[in-house]
Amino acid sequence: MNYRGILAIYKFEMGRTLRTVGQSIASPVISTVLYFIVFGSAIGSRMQAIDGVPYGAFIVPGLVMLTVLGQSVSNASFGIYFPRFTGTIYEILSAPLSFIEIVLGYVGAAATKSVIIGTIVLATAGFFVPLHITHPLWMVFFLVMTCITFSMLGFIIGIWADGFEKLQLIPLLVITPLTFLGGSFYSINMLPPFWHQVSLANPVVYLVSGFRWSFFEKGDVSLETSVIMLLTFNALALAIIGWIFKTGYRLRK
Amino acid sequence: MISDHTNAIAIAGLNKTYETGFHALDNINLEIKRGEIFALLGPNGAGKTTLINAVCGIVRPTSGTITVAGYDIITQYRQARSTLGLVPQELTTDAFESVWNTVTFSRGLFGKPRSPAYVEDVLKRMSLWDKKDEQIRRLSGGMKRRVMIAKALSHEPEILFLDEPSAGVDVELRKSMWAQVRSLSETGVTIILTTHYIEEAQEMANRVGVINKGKLILTEDKNTLLRKMGKRHMVFALRDPVSVIPMELSAYPLTLEDDGSKLVLAYNDQDDNDISEVLDHLKSSGIRPRDIYSRQSSLEDIFIQLVEA
Repeated sequence: MNYRGILAIYKFEMGRTLRTVGQSIASPVISTVLYFIVFGSAIGSRMQAIDGVPYGAFIVPGLVMLTVLGQSVSNASFGIYFPRFTGTIYEILSAPLSFIEIVLGYVGAAATKSVIIGTIVLATAGFFVPLHITHPLWMVFFLVMTCITFSMLGFIIGIWADGFEKLQLIPLLVITPLTFLGGSFYSINMLPPFWHQVSLANPVVYLVSGFRWSFFEKGDVSLETSVIMLLTFNALALAIIGWIFKTGYRLRK
Repeated sequence: MISDHTNAIAIAGLNKTYETGFHALDNINLEIKRGEIFALLGPNGAGKTTLINAVCGIVRPTSGTITVAGYDIITQYRQARSTLGLVPQELTTDAFESVWNTVTFSRGLFGKPRSPAYVEDVLKRMSLWDKKDEQIRRLSGGMKRRVMIAKALSHEPEILFLDEPSAGVDVELRKSMWAQVRSLSETGVTIILTTHYIEEAQEMANRVGVINKGKLILTEDKNTLLRKMGKRHMVFALRDPVSVIPMELSAYPLTLEDDGSKLVLAYNDQDDNDISEVLDHLKSSGIRPRDIYSRQSSLEDIFIQLVEA
């Protein structure tokens, strides 16, 4: 295992974040504050509690997920796309690194950034609503695994994309709608039966549900289902990345 | 540490066909010995960069085998790649990174432990020490090229690929780079360079390979090549131009140049010419030289001759 190689990529990517710390951290924090002002304080105070949880607190897990999903995808996709765009990828491809090591470096850094941002968003939420996390270990598990899985998805997008426009395409047209419709701001049990069934096809539902369960012991689906789905997405993303490196898809001609 | 194999690189039956159907490499067989400076020459699109990229693992060979320092580049890619340093043709750098960080990053990628002393030494050798904290985007093209060489040297490679190292570099810097390459070679590093400047190959290489349309036409010791394929010319600049070569001189391979103002005798090292005899014949024919000088074909002349054949 080339640990130094993994660390080099990891540190390089983290260094890039530090250079753009305002853009990397301030932006999601400001967005979250705005969400809380609008949905938590202004509208939330007039909303009924959901499953016995005040609305302001209910949306906290959803907001954290909304942020980390977007951040994971954009951090990882940009991380691998940029060296492809500038041509510096030659150095990664000619280094004695296996695909697992390259993925650990890029995805590890993207997931770390997302976990940090998710934690900051959670801390920010604490200023607006009283927070109680019933199962902190499960909360950490869901947060970390979601960040890793969606960073892998971002890595795949970064390799698939052949322009900056495509880099934004999936996050804007797929991830964001799925997150909003995945129960971030509501329980899918509030939906009519047909739309409830449709929502179950949305992978984000399982992530939000599991994450929310760790806070309130209440979710749209069972904890087991959430865990199985999360691990399945993770394995699927890893398998796709494995195929990319095996075939050299858009990396090695 | 230099591993114990005679050949730095051994390529057998290498073919590369891109997805577009373009056949970039056609049955390449090549051995490059340790410590050599090998120049790979060829026109644009000949396959030089594809060959280098195949050895370095950036391009996937369609068929054939490549070993680097005795290691197969597919099954023993870690050991093989650890010995290689690559300076690509394009100036591809992380514009916002500092010189120091980018060189340290390259060293880490190849699994080498941190060594500020070694990085310092490399930057000093590349005359970049005073620019170590500068962002790469603020450097000139020549300096960026040196940063790329420093990155390639950061992990102490045994074999260094220089793909068009002098592209876009001014004469002074080019000569200083040649000196640096020579000094690297003296430390035992095998150098493989591709270049459009044949003068560069003539100046530095021990051995030359010519590639055209994906085929390796020739590999030869540079001096042997110059001797075998090179021509010498003795030029007689005449006081009075002539329109035809006199009969007395028909035994010699003479041609007229510049509207008959120059008589040129072509010969090679193997010919047994007696110049004084030629001069006697010129005198007896009433031809009076104003000046006499010799010229020798360069590697460039031979290269053109090979590629156009």
